[in-house]
Amino acid sequence: LKYIARRLGFYLLAGWSALTLNFFLPRLMPGDPASALFGRFRGQLSPEALDALHETFGLTDSGLVGQYFTYLGHALKGEFGISIAYFPTPVFDVIGKGLIWTIYLAGTALAISFVLGSLLGVAAAWWRRGWVDNWLPPVFIFLGAFPYFWLAMLALYFFGFTLGWFPLGHAYGDDLTPSFSFVFLSDIVRHSALPIGTVVIVTLGGWLLTMRNTMIAVLGSNYFGLALGKGLSPTRVVFRYAARNALLPSITGFGMALGFVLGGSLLTEIVFSYPGQGYLLVQAVQNQDYPLMQGIFLVITLAVLCANFLVDLVYLWLDPRTRDSEE
Amino acid sequence: MSRRPTSRSEILAWWETVRRDRKARVGAGILVIFVLIGVFAPMAFEDPNALVGIPLQPPSSAHWLGTTGQGQDVLAQLVVGTRVSLAIGFAVGLLVVLVGALVGITAGYFGGRVDAVLSLVFNVFLVIPGLPLAIVIAAYLPTGPFTLGTVLVITGWAWNARVLRAQTLAQRKRDFVAAAVVAGESNFRIVTREILPTMTSLLVAQIIGSTVYAIGAQVGLEFLGLGDISTVTWGTNLYWAQNDAALLIGAWWTFVPTGLCVALVGFGLTMLNFGFDEMTNPKLQQERVWRRYLIKLGISPARYTPVARDHV
Repeated sequence: LKYIARRLGFYLLAGWSALTLNFFLPRLMPGDPASALFGRFRGQLSPEALDALHETFGLTDSGLVGQYFTYLGHALKGEFGISIAYFPTPVFDVIGKGLIWTIYLAGTALAISFVLGSLLGVAAAWWRRGWVDNWLPPVFIFLGAFPYFWLAMLALYFFGFTLGWFPLGHAYGDDLTPSFSFVFLSDIVRHSALPIGTVVIVTLGGWLLTMRNTMIAVLGSNYFGLALGKGLSPTRVVFRYAARNALLPSITGFGMALGFVLGGSLLTEIVFSYPGQGYLLVQAVQNQDYPLMQGIFLVITLAVLCANFLVDLVYLWLDPRTRDSEE
Repeated sequence: MSRRPTSRSEILAWWETVRRDRKARVGAGILVIFVLIGVFAPMAFEDPNALVGIPLQPPSSAHWLGTTGQGQDVLAQLVVGTRVSLAIGFAVGLLVVLVGALVGITAGYFGGRVDAVLSLVFNVFLVIPGLPLAIVIAAYLPTGPFTLGTVLVITGWAWNARVLRAQTLAQRKRDFVAAAVVAGESNFRIVTREILPTMTSLLVAQIIGSTVYAIGAQVGLEFLGLGDISTVTWGTNLYWAQNDAALLIGAWWTFVPTGLCVALVGFGLTMLNFGFDEMTNPKLQQERVWRRYLIKLGISPARYTPVARDHV
């Protein structure tokens, strides 16, 4: 329990750091941030919009400390101001619409690649120097060297444009209205197959190699030999005894990989004009929509922190040693 | 105080690694080719931004890799982009490790409260997702290579700091460091003369790894339009390919060559790292010795599960 409390404290601190960073970034801009930022929009935006902008950044007449607390209060209530690109929709609503797609895309891709990669890693370690072990690691190391979004472009060109097997973009067809019908859900799967596929291909190799290397060490351990010697079935021994222990380093890496996979899936979204956070982020960059940009940054960071905390809980469950150790 | 191997003999040892290990040889070969391209090939092209032909022409004898959506020569842009992208990549890779080493070694060496604070800082940086942070920072700064470098260093140093802290912590407990402390040597001298030399291979591996990161992240950010889109780099080439909707017209030649170059450089660097790892990691070296031994005895090592043998 002490462990949980400490991790929770750490993530709260990390979340607060992100919030604070977010507050100071506009103020670190070279020159006078307010005039530099608003000068660009003068004439383009109505006075109300400018007021909304001021409000977002807490650029009120009170001192820096006052501004900071006003900002924190707003952020905790989920008020990130008004989006410029989607004026006059509040940033919170714009992000909310895209969030579900990003979670679906990145979550599914991460799950598939983790499970598949780890299983292949087990296979590679078990049949060492067999064809899985000889061929898959180098192939996936090579594939992993490609930029995500470039593989996405290639997949889109090849499977979408040339062969026409998959749609060229968006989350679902224009002629469909969102519902829980079979037609609609299968359309979503069809639209997401290519983006998910590219993320899986790029990230699979990492899980495979981690799992393979730790599995090899575990396969040489005494308790593994004992379990086999007792006459337990090999499948049971491999999965219940060896894989469970070999999974620990992968789980540790999971938290770290999360931010990385998310970054990659954001770029992939852009290539497929998938209506998630990545696509919004580009819209924000192109329109210099700072409130939206910062809102997305905060939401993604908070999501990653929550997921990391969940990973810690899973680790706690998998590795009893963390339960009573002080470290 | 015993003399450590001089840096000269270490360079020789690395050269030996590259010569002997197949992976390292492949990696080094790819890298050398790209560096040569980056240094010399741009001289053969006058202005990569010059409009030389009809837009979106497929590869031909006049333009070996075709033309872009604006009628520029793809090959010229690729070659000039190689120079800029590699230069930024290597510089950032080096800087990232430098910052990481400074923080990590300080934390590991001094321990106590210094360590607690610094560890907290890099752990926080590790959990904050890098790409969104990079985008937000880059959007606020004026575009250009300097901004790009700064952003990449800010989002990339933490991992190196963490690894180097752990390594320093382990070295700090060793006898020769304790002896140096008792001998009254200054902290600076102990770190630079006693601890750093034990980590050279790790540092090299980190510089290579960070360069891979720097090139990938740089291309990603520029692809988003956060670089200086008027300069020619790999990232901006891909940005224009996407923006001119080259993909939807089927103009594969505008983005395929650039992506292949990014991947090849990344692959080469990774291979080089694996090669070094195999030569400098005692466990992997043992495995190799053991395999040779088995082969000598006439036993196939193929089905043999390697185990770390501490007693060998």
